[in-house]
Amino acid sequence: MTGAGESPPPGERLAEDLRRLEEIVRLLESDEPELDEALALFEEGVTRLRQARDQLAQAELTVQRVLEQADGTIRLEDLDE
Amino acid sequence: MPTPSLFDQSPDAAAWPVSKLTQTAKRLIESQLGPVWVQGEVVGLKRYRSGHWYFGLRDAEAQVRCVMWRDDASQMKEVPSEGAKVFAFGSPTVWAERGEFRLTVRRLIATEGVGLQQALLEQTRTALQADGLFDPARKRPLPIWATGVALVTSLDGAVLHDVVSVARKRWPMARIMVIGTRVQGAGAEAEVVGALRLVNRVEGIEVCIVGRGGGAREDLAVFNSESVCRALAEVRVPTVSAVGHETDMSLTDLVADVRAATPSAAAELVFADQADVLRHAGALASRLAGGLSRRTRLAAERLNRAGDRLENGLERVINIRRQALDRLGVALDALSPLKVLQRGYGLALSPDGKVLRRRADFPEGTPFRLRLADGEVLARVENR
Repeated sequence: MTGAGESPPPGERLAEDLRRLEEIVRLLESDEPELDEALALFEEGVTRLRQARDQLAQAELTVQRVLEQADGTIRLEDLDE
Repeated sequence: MPTPSLFDQSPDAAAWPVSKLTQTAKRLIESQLGPVWVQGEVVGLKRYRSGHWYFGLRDAEAQVRCVMWRDDASQMKEVPSEGAKVFAFGSPTVWAERGEFRLTVRRLIATEGVGLQQALLEQTRTALQADGLFDPARKRPLPIWATGVALVTSLDGAVLHDVVSVARKRWPMARIMVIGTRVQGAGAEAEVVGALRLVNRVEGIEVCIVGRGGGAREDLAVFNSESVCRALAEVRVPTVSAVGHETDMSLTDLVADVRAATPSAAAELVFADQADVLRHAGALASRLAGGLSRRTRLAAERLNRAGDRLENGLERVINIRRQALDRLGVALDALSPLKVLQRGYGLALSPDGKVLRRRADFPEGTPFRLRLADGEVLARVENR
């Protein structure tokens, strides 16, 4: 197997950032959080937003070829297309 | 001229036993004639209790004996009637014991006047449908922001190029993992099946596109094959079939979770558009700011209300105290000796200002002061 034990793929992080951001917005739009909690949520929201935008801005498409080797293991090789 | 004897060529040495002839014929036929499709009419079909079928196939000029063994015959949904036009798939052989040429039939498909390709397609479609592979209930939705995308296609074809250029424009977060395979010709079917199985072994794949560019109808045979369809159904992530034909459907189109008319269309379905995501993020950003200012406004209003209440409370306490004080003043006032004097009483004081309360305080001839409401009078005790 490849890619085991690495940080989650960028798309997953982006999805997680945006999902959490939606949750934060919903919480702030409700009357639930106390003011100090609301401020903390807002700060986290800003961080998530910046992270999501940075990820999109820095993303670079990867194209790889999947190769099954004679011993059955799988190797990924960058593909210049 | 003498007639040559039949036995001049030392028949003992050259003559074959019958069994050698039929065995040799069997071996030659089996090795030289592989499995073939034969088209003809069924005649004299007999089903034996053993489960084997024996029948003839004929056309206008010839006939061949056929056998279909129990294992294959039991797969048949119905028994062909006398004269039924069929395609038979089988291996020509010789029944050595009888010296009979015959066809060992594995599959039998009624033609009903359609071509072989079409008949095969219908048979595969029926089998896949019976197993529920086209069932709408098993269709899975595509992930919204997939990044790990497997692409099963030819490395030389236009599909790879089309998919990559759409991904570059829409979703640069993507990681495309290409599993190269031939998509037509001999061996292609097995390669595509192998590639689809490989998809299940690579980590980080969220969706799988399988496809090829457009081609003649025959070129799509791989994507109409039962083994490819079944392998596609077993891919553990959602699948998109893009077999390059706007008009023709392939069976993989029916088995995949989503069908795309072209490889570019498949890529547009699979890759989110970063412009959409940025717009979405922008909307969330303004809601975030709006949410906070709303929340702080609420807090400020609450603070104001609390301040007002505090002020009102203080005022009330002060008023209560003030009223109590006023009442106390009135009470004190009532008790003041001056008030008593005003009611007409007098107060006797000694010359040094001590209050004279008893008769004994007044010996005869003693001077004293009499305090009245409006002043004092000097007096003297005259007659006790």
